[in-house]
Amino acid sequence: MDFEFASPVKIVQRTARDFARQAVAPLVPGMEETGKFPRPLIRQMAEVGLLGLVTPKKYGGSELGYLARTVALAEISKVSAAVGMSLQVHHMQAAALLDWASKEQKDEYLPRLCRGEYLGTVAVTEPTGGSDLLGMATTARPERGGYLLNGSKCFITNAHLSGAPMIVAKTGEGSRGLSAFIVEKGAPGFVPGRNEHKMGMRGADTGELFFKNCRDPASGLMGDEGEGMKAALKTISEVGRPGMAAVALGILEASYDEALKFSKSRTLYGKPIANLQAIQWHVADIMVDLEATRLLCYRASWLKDRGRPDAATAMTMAKVYATEAACRASRKALEVHGGCGTMMEYAVQRLWRDAMVCVSAGGTTEIGKIVLSRAALN
Amino acid sequence: MVARRKGRGFLSIRVVESPPNTMNNKHSRTSWRCIVCIKPVPDPSRFDRLRLDPETMLLKRDEVPPVINPLDRNAIEAALEVKHRLGGRVAVVTMAPPSGQEQLVEALALGCDRAFLLTDKAFAGADTLATARTLAAACAKLGRFDLILCGAWSADGSTAQVGPQLAELLGIPDMVHVRRMELSGGKVLAHCHRENGTAVLEAARPALVTLDQDSNKPGLAPMTGIRKALQSKITVWSCRDLGLKPRQVGLAGSPTRMLNVFAASASRKGEIFQGTVDEMTTQLLERLNQEQVLTTGKGGKR
Repeated sequence: MDFEFASPVKIVQRTARDFARQAVAPLVPGMEETGKFPRPLIRQMAEVGLLGLVTPKKYGGSELGYLARTVALAEISKVSAAVGMSLQVHHMQAAALLDWASKEQKDEYLPRLCRGEYLGTVAVTEPTGGSDLLGMATTARPERGGYLLNGSKCFITNAHLSGAPMIVAKTGEGSRGLSAFIVEKGAPGFVPGRNEHKMGMRGADTGELFFKNCRDPASGLMGDEGEGMKAALKTISEVGRPGMAAVALGILEASYDEALKFSKSRTLYGKPIANLQAIQWHVADIMVDLEATRLLCYRASWLKDRGRPDAATAMTMAKVYATEAACRASRKALEVHGGCGTMMEYAVQRLWRDAMVCVSAGGTTEIGKIVLSRAALN
Repeated sequence: MVARRKGRGFLSIRVVESPPNTMNNKHSRTSWRCIVCIKPVPDPSRFDRLRLDPETMLLKRDEVPPVINPLDRNAIEAALEVKHRLGGRVAVVTMAPPSGQEQLVEALALGCDRAFLLTDKAFAGADTLATARTLAAACAKLGRFDLILCGAWSADGSTAQVGPQLAELLGIPDMVHVRRMELSGGKVLAHCHRENGTAVLEAARPALVTLDQDSNKPGLAPMTGIRKALQSKITVWSCRDLGLKPRQVGLAGSPTRMLNVFAASASRKGEIFQGTVDEMTTQLLERLNQEQVLTTGKGGKR
């Protein structure tokens, strides 16, 4: 087995790391303060190619693969999980377009996503819940020349930053009763709602979308009518979950670094607290969680890059483990900091808040376990 | 102050007081062929993990991945700026083990046009002169060039010798520690950092410059560039390809001998005085006098 990254992945990692330090890190305090995503960063991410990591060259991307994506997302998330999450959701729409969109739709929207005209998003979750797809209430009724959309979406990442989100709505009943649409921002009846006020991932745009007799032309339908559920599930399980796993990996790496840095510099009883066994155990626990998460994330991405059918299960496993591990590790890192860890000027409190958001994003741990147990038992 | 200096292509030298720190190319519509010499070094951001093998006295590099020497990235950036503004091509050269391909791929991803890996077992153990000799042979083999760019020094060796030695071997003028560079009419005007100010040197091409950290802000390798670089060919040259003999390169061609390498350690010894404040003060003064720390006067320590 070769655990060494190939050259291109290493270069992607360095570029993402340098970009995160140079372009993202200075923005974090402002994002924490205002809860708003810094829009100029979208173009900057486009220039360095982060927006087109899973998009083919002919649409302006680099298509460097899912392992490269995981590594890049982790580097960005190590500095700002909020930016990492926004980026990973952007990739979800790009991947969904590649899998389900018509040639005309790909030609129209993929280059715009790569250029950073806007951040992409996939809007599935509704006030009734995110995992119960069949329970969604948003409808798309066929009418002459297109569809009439009515309903609302909530907790949508990049809701206000997207120029043409992918919307899943009911066109019938049952699992074949959902369809996916691209709705242009500014379409009559399409109104963005409030920006959510979150405990973590401050600065990642999370909001509502409302549709009131919103007319979407027939050309907005992605794939065939009735394929919405398949499109949503495939995108969430093969792009969204590994994306959130990578974000959690970044949080783990940052937690590890912060715990090491503080335990070596903080002195108690005349010596660094790193000499105390109570601290050493925390550090060792974080270290094990970090390494296990790395291996799960990298392997899942490696499987996806090879088109292996077991990739989806591996990605769910990575997501379940990584997000829970990020919560454990960031909490332990916080405990290593003692009282300092609860102070806003220490990054570790942000890591813990961000990790908690990762657990529910892309499907809760419990949903992940249902998926995994089905894979194991069936 | 303006001084004329003969030989090796120098046209003038001027010393100014304030050190400028930006790159500013005055254009002329002639293209420039640039060669950038780079070196893979252990990632400086992880130098805390570098260890010295106590037996071989060599750096244990396993835990610290190699990266392009940070100042060499300034050199690449400067070359790409020349290419962008005045046209031409940029070749990147490194003398390294086969793993050095990775840094060349990154240089290609950054925008360099051609990459050359100088690799041979005979190159191992080279000092700065043998390295410069190998690079000089490669530059000569590349044909006509206008400008050679290097980082002012490497993050691992920090000798700052390879650039000037390379220029000497090629018989071209060198301008080191450059913070600002202007190209005009086939001439290079370089603002070079000096201890007490800035030396402004002018030379006709071909010339060599070594770049300081604040000469520019190196760019990042874009993802599309990485994809493109993967399709580019890296030319590999051995000692024989360069027309050099094994005795001219590597350890055999190096006049420098490393006698010893050791990690410098600072040790302190502490003494604890006990008693009342007056007693402890008296004890402290006695000890300081004993160590001649407080002794003043001719020949004494203060």
